[in-house]
Amino acid sequence: MGPLRLEGTPKTPHIDLDPNTGMLEIKGRSIPENSIDFYKPLIDWIDGYSRSPQSKTALHVQLEYFNTSSSKCILDVFKKLEAIRAAGNEVTILWHYEEDDEDMLEAGEDYAGIINVPFKMILIEEVNGQ
Amino acid sequence: MIIRAPFSLLHLCSKEYFRLGMIDRIHDLYDELERQRIMLSFKGSLTTELITALLGMVEHKMELIEPDGRSRKRVFNVVMECLQNLYHHKTVIGQGEGSMDPDPHGVVMIAHLDNGYSVLSGNLMAGGDVERLKQHLDRINALNSEELRDLYKTTLADGRYGTRGGGGLGMIDIARKSGAKLEYGFVPIDKDSAFFSLNVNVTS
Repeated sequence: MGPLRLEGTPKTPHIDLDPNTGMLEIKGRSIPENSIDFYKPLIDWIDGYSRSPQSKTALHVQLEYFNTSSSKCILDVFKKLEAIRAAGNEVTILWHYEEDDEDMLEAGEDYAGIINVPFKMILIEEVNGQ
Repeated sequence: MIIRAPFSLLHLCSKEYFRLGMIDRIHDLYDELERQRIMLSFKGSLTTELITALLGMVEHKMELIEPDGRSRKRVFNVVMECLQNLYHHKTVIGQGEGSMDPDPHGVVMIAHLDNGYSVLSGNLMAGGDVERLKQHLDRINALNSEELRDLYKTTLADGRYGTRGGGGLGMIDIARKSGAKLEYGFVPIDKDSAFFSLNVNVTS
């Protein structure tokens, strides 16, 4: 299977899923009115990837905003990764947040409390140029 | 003639009065928006494009007036959820049966207050849904911030909410971002519908 790459828009995040490295990235804003439509290709892709995943998979999530319509879809993405981990692979979710954005940190902690995958909370440093 | 002349005059006068009245009302409306410190106001039927444009305006204005990043994000989040509530609600009613307006209008306003922001929204809704929404809002208002967080997590995890993320996750999120109690009201319109008003305070 090939990578899945989508450019970010004002309402949907940049997506970069690479099956060869196991590096997955969701970055930007996830505030579409119909999140199901947007996330379906991602969920399908991870379904395909889960058949022969890398021994190590890392999902980077760096969201500035996400709406409650996206929150369930994001949970569905995490559940797919949970299944990959349950099959004996190493999976990590790296949840990035800005220094003044405690709400985003809390959102990551909320997911970490629901999903059985190790989360790393990563403070976005200005020096990283992100 | 005796009857028609005064009638015409009256008609003309009332028409003239009405015209002047409308002109005065524009200024009255403007004054009222100023008095209430409304920084953005929208009334009408929403499309996804309009929501994008309105959110762009909110973001731009907030960057100009609010130095605190957390407050900026919270206001943006609350406005976004309110607009998307209106948008999805419109769709639900539009697909329904009965005498409801197939394209009902909602209203969203943001007021800049001394101690923060007030996000006001309103829309027509089916009268039969009022009690359920009221119970949901009362349940949310009875919780402290930690309990609210737990309710958000359990609601998210149980997956029982609808395809658009409905089922009340939106209101829970709005309450979390607000940090204050949700102020709401229902005005009965007729036996089938009511007007729902919501005021969300975001302190800065």
